Amino acid sequence: MNKKGRFGTHGGQYLPETLMNAIIELEEAYEQYKNDMAFKGELKGLLANYAGRPSLLYYAERMTRDLGGAKVYLKREDLNHTGSHKINNVLGQVLLAKKMGKTRVIAETGAGQHGVATATVAALMGMECEVFMGKEDTERQALNVYRMELLGAKVHPVDSGTGTLKDAVNETLREWTSRVSDTHYVLGSVMGPHPFPTIVRDFQSVIGKEVKEELLAKEGSLPDALIACVGGGSNAMGLFYDFIGDEGVRLIGCEAAGRGVDTDQNAATIANGTPGIFHGMESYFCQDEYGQIAPVYSISAGLDYPGIGPEHAWLHDTGRAEYVPVTDDEAVEAFEYLSRMEGIIPAIESAHAVACAKKVAAGMGKDQSIVVNLSGRGDKDVAAIARYRGVNIHD
Amino acid sequence: MTKTKAAFAEGKAFIPFLTAGDPSLAVTEELIVELASAGADLIEIGIPFSDPVAEGPVIQRADERALAAGITADGIFEMVRRVREKTGVPLAFMTYINPIYRYGSERFVKRCAEMSLDALIVPDLPFEEKGELQPYCAKYGVDLISLIAPTSKARIRTIAREAEGFLYCVSSLGVTGVRTAITADVGEMVSLAREVSNIPCAIGFGIATPQQAEDMARKADGAIVGSAIMKIIAKYGTDCVPHVTAYAREMAQAVHGVR
Repeated sequence: MNKKGRFGTHGGQYLPETLMNAIIELEEAYEQYKNDMAFKGELKGLLANYAGRPSLLYYAERMTRDLGGAKVYLKREDLNHTGSHKINNVLGQVLLAKKMGKTRVIAETGAGQHGVATATVAALMGMECEVFMGKEDTERQALNVYRMELLGAKVHPVDSGTGTLKDAVNETLREWTSRVSDTHYVLGSVMGPHPFPTIVRDFQSVIGKEVKEELLAKEGSLPDALIACVGGGSNAMGLFYDFIGDEGVRLIGCEAAGRGVDTDQNAATIANGTPGIFHGMESYFCQDEYGQIAPVYSISAGLDYPGIGPEHAWLHDTGRAEYVPVTDDEAVEAFEYLSRMEGIIPAIESAHAVACAKKVAAGMGKDQSIVVNLSGRGDKDVAAIARYRGVNIHD
Repeated sequence: MTKTKAAFAEGKAFIPFLTAGDPSLAVTEELIVELASAGADLIEIGIPFSDPVAEGPVIQRADERALAAGITADGIFEMVRRVREKTGVPLAFMTYINPIYRYGSERFVKRCAEMSLDALIVPDLPFEEKGELQPYCAKYGVDLISLIAPTSKARIRTIAREAEGFLYCVSSLGVTGVRTAITADVGEMVSLAREVSNIPCAIGFGIATPQQAEDMARKADGAIVGSAIMKIIAKYGTDCVPHVTAYAREMAQAVHGVR
């Protein structure tokens, strides 16, 4: 078997032949530019002056006191330009695409955060942009659809399959096969065929690098645990990557358990998935015994994905990281908790990590510390949470 | 010579495609037999997949209908067993890597061989990853079909050199589906392949009319027709057999008329 782009047995490059030269070209370009001083300098400048990095590492004092255990720090990716961690990867990929001579970018989006980030950077760099979004998601995240259009992108609602994130990925792959020479697919997570899981992880690893420096400055020590939500897994991988070698640091990924891991309405890939090959990669997927991909569910459009990035699958196999399911109810409760406790409204995706952090921190000592990745801000979710609570507001 | 390759020995090959189980496995079974007598030289049987990324809307809908009707790989294997009592026409499965991998790659290929299935076409298993199936295909005597596309360029030689059965030439960018014109230079693709191999080349994606089939048969060794057939099936449902057969006879004549 091809060993390229493998994390243990996971990963690989399972794509239609039409896209193979494009993916090889991407791989070569990335190998060239990732060590190119001018490219790195340009990206660093954009991250600092456009995205607003470094993001804050905020000590959540009231939350810490309330839970009575470990010190809780929040990595404030929600404060980045466009309101989530997605901009880190998009700035890197669109800059790379531009160096490759591409003039058009396409992207999938779930909650709309990656689509908004891609539309934003496309506007900044003068590139044409088209975003594919599940029809159901365009309805639950209508504000983000308009936001992308405002930024000059064309949004295609995808009504095939389940009309959610996986179908948006299918449609973006189909679009890429029909127009590949001038187009780069800005994949939004640490998933898909090699080299995407590596590229996206590298561009997101700025999160963990900053956390390490910031926490050492504040606490003089490494954190005892890192907690992040996982759909495809880019914010988690970005946080974890620099700490994989630091064995004392627990790495905890929070999967969307929807209405419960033992119901048929969840997106908990590690809890319920089996090995498969889909969307270009070998990994774990929610699927039936015949390999038909399962319709998954989560209140969070960004975690509503039936697979997980191959490096996470490997971190799970080796036991280096733990993956825990968090239900809709727990996430909504955490969404409200953080809003009231710290005056920070988290994205419903990130609220899954907050819910897990509440349990983990409470069981730890006061001399310990944890870092929760607040991967996005919750403005986009306010209307949906109101609906969840039976409040009828006009959005 | 494998049975797949032999499908091209008598002249240009007409290769129709059917999504198994749309509208039902009984109709698929009947269609295979009728297509063989209407002049099909090889028949592709699609195993429906929930997320067929290489397919356009026509075959996507066919897959959805088949899956909604509860069609499984095991049901399709049983259908092929029944078909094999009636016709010896070369048969290829067309499906995605996940249904095979989940079934167990070796177990799947072994079952194919047991059902006298001749070839496997897996559009999301590129040259670099074919090690997932190739050893089992060699072990059990099933041809693993390679694909080349208009973007393949220098890869064509590499792929053609190791190709077996026939080489599937993707006529156009994008997904499967009827096209008014085929714009890629398929003749150039075929001649690049011919530089390194005597493997038969069949062109697929976008072929719907007898004229297109004839044109493609001039440029290569065979023409593959999928979405155009699945459109007829979608239109007539359980009554589709005479309509599909009439269409196939016309297409087969167009292909076989080319020398």
